[in-house]
Amino acid sequence: MSTNLTRFTGTMAPLPIQNVDTDQIIPASYLKVTDRSGLASGLFSRWRYRDGDPEGEPIADFVLNRAEHGDARILLAGDNFGCGSSREHAPWALVGYGFRAVISTSFADIFRSNALKNGLLVVPVTEEVSASLFDAVAADPTAEVTIDLEAQTLSLPAGGETNFEVDPFARRCLLDGTDQLGYLLNQAPAIQAFETAHPARLDTRSG
Amino acid sequence: MNQPRTLFEKIWRRHLVAAETEGLPATLYVDLHLVHEVTSPQAFTELAERGLPVRRPDLTLATMDHSTPTDPSIDDARLRVIDPEGSAQLEQLATNCERHGIPLYAMGDERRGIVHVIGPELGATQPGMTVVCGDSHTSTHGAVGALAFGIGTSEVGHVLATQCLLQHRPKTYEVRVDGRLQEGVVAKDIILAVIARLGIGGGTGHVFEYTGEAIRTLDMEGRMTVCNMSIEGGARAGLIAPDEVTFSYLEGRPMAPAGDAWEAAVDDWRSLPTDDGAAYDRTTTLDGSALEPMVTYGTNPGMAIPIAGAVPEDDAIEPEKRASFRKALDYMALEPGQQLQGKPIDVVFVGSCTNSRYSDLVAAANVLRGRKVADGLRVLIVPGSDAVKRQAERDGLAQVFVDAGAEWREAGCSMCLAMNGDQLAPGQYAVSTSNRNFEGRQGAGGRTFLASPLTAAASAITGRVTDVREVLS
Repeated sequence: MSTNLTRFTGTMAPLPIQNVDTDQIIPASYLKVTDRSGLASGLFSRWRYRDGDPEGEPIADFVLNRAEHGDARILLAGDNFGCGSSREHAPWALVGYGFRAVISTSFADIFRSNALKNGLLVVPVTEEVSASLFDAVAADPTAEVTIDLEAQTLSLPAGGETNFEVDPFARRCLLDGTDQLGYLLNQAPAIQAFETAHPARLDTRSG
Repeated sequence: MNQPRTLFEKIWRRHLVAAETEGLPATLYVDLHLVHEVTSPQAFTELAERGLPVRRPDLTLATMDHSTPTDPSIDDARLRVIDPEGSAQLEQLATNCERHGIPLYAMGDERRGIVHVIGPELGATQPGMTVVCGDSHTSTHGAVGALAFGIGTSEVGHVLATQCLLQHRPKTYEVRVDGRLQEGVVAKDIILAVIARLGIGGGTGHVFEYTGEAIRTLDMEGRMTVCNMSIEGGARAGLIAPDEVTFSYLEGRPMAPAGDAWEAAVDDWRSLPTDDGAAYDRTTTLDGSALEPMVTYGTNPGMAIPIAGAVPEDDAIEPEKRASFRKALDYMALEPGQQLQGKPIDVVFVGSCTNSRYSDLVAAANVLRGRKVADGLRVLIVPGSDAVKRQAERDGLAQVFVDAGAEWREAGCSMCLAMNGDQLAPGQYAVSTSNRNFEGRQGAGGRTFLASPLTAAASAITGRVTDVREVLS
């Protein structure tokens, strides 16, 4: 994403469910695409629409269908968000919908890695901060937080701020636009040297 | 005296093109990259847009498994009609592999199968290797003592272009299972019990290494079942140290080293197991002799109980987790305190990268032999590979299933993730040997009880969730 990720302020969509798996974020029926677009309508589709059908009736009390959270660009989720399948379609769908960050007490490893490669910030917070954010958004859906990637801070609706951890390399890539594949390609001489020193024991074309 | 190291550390160190430094991840070399149709198209597009070749097609292997039909009457022409999107995705994989010289086991190839079944079956996954695939169940290959983990599609592109990944070193977590398993208790029950103990996020940030007598006494396919579900405990990878069981499994397989190269490889592999005195970041121990057949009741694999047990009561669940617990029970239409044994079911699925290998089919066939599946019950038996299918047909297992009234299908992922039309109807209950009981995983509105092939076969006979020990006794 080319948008400025350094610092942004917004309201939150609360999803107080633990262990949200990537099958819920984007069901397998959406995985037949061959590009990264068109996934936003499938985001949480089983919780969002009757019979999971985006053409069908929206489920009124699901957070993405509630008018007061329509503009939220930050998802506030329960613990262990993004567990299960490695599908990168999950962050593609979240970003396609318009989310810029997910706040949770923890994230599954593969989801975290995938999200950061797509400009979707994952913001880990303590249980206390998480509880205070759910309380704040319940009391006032317009409550805002500010996420500052440069400073690694999350400012809280009640005032004050908390620091959050982010992989320093992913942070650097997001802040200065470093392309991870390009970074790897620049290591070609070292990769070549490794290959010379470690001949493969396998040739998949021999099967 | 060398510093004692864990199996994980030894493999990790061997594959460092560049070590991790303050602020920068390690560059880790990949020995084998497995590819399938669902998570690769966008990665190949990335290469095309940048004009990049695939660096090592000889270390890359592709198969078709996720969205392929298991109904033998569906050919390519019919698939284009009934599933144009899936068909186009398969054709795109074929085009991409042809363009880059990547070996592909397409429909009709007798080496084709579920990516995590064919890797070990061909001897492509070997001890000490790094193995990756755009699929979270890549952890399966850890059973041979390889560091194997799932990656996202961006990373699939990284590996295609550079044969390397940028990685931070995970922590190590020893999962020790002591003792001998009781009759009727198998590898699937071990891993369901482990996940129930640790929770589905318990291994986040870690690589599991399974140790202990209950692990060492498993055959290779049982070890694959255990490692397969490491990701359901939050760990990207799970390892088991290679030993004589591993070597005898691999020897003579098509892609395994042969002759002098085999002897040299085995000598090397013997140096891989964790050294005495090496430290893990965490350790947990289970008593394998106390385990019972396990079954899940909820909507994640950590929500598992011994088959004779009951769904937990509300007050056994931590207060902040109660809402998610009740949401899961609402979805499953179950009550706190309810017994699962005897619960009527609609479908039995024996298959998936967790439990579709030859020994899994033998286990199911031994229960079903000479018996009939319950009236009105649908039973799908989906072998993990074409090779498994042919062997089962040769040895009479397929006939046992057909005689019992089960459907004998073509190899593929099938109802594990229900991309290919094999799926539950809304509200149906299934006993499934797969790995995920997430909401809608096996079909929108479908409800999954995860269990072993023995439990699945026993339940197929009665049409209810059944303790296999009662059928066998």
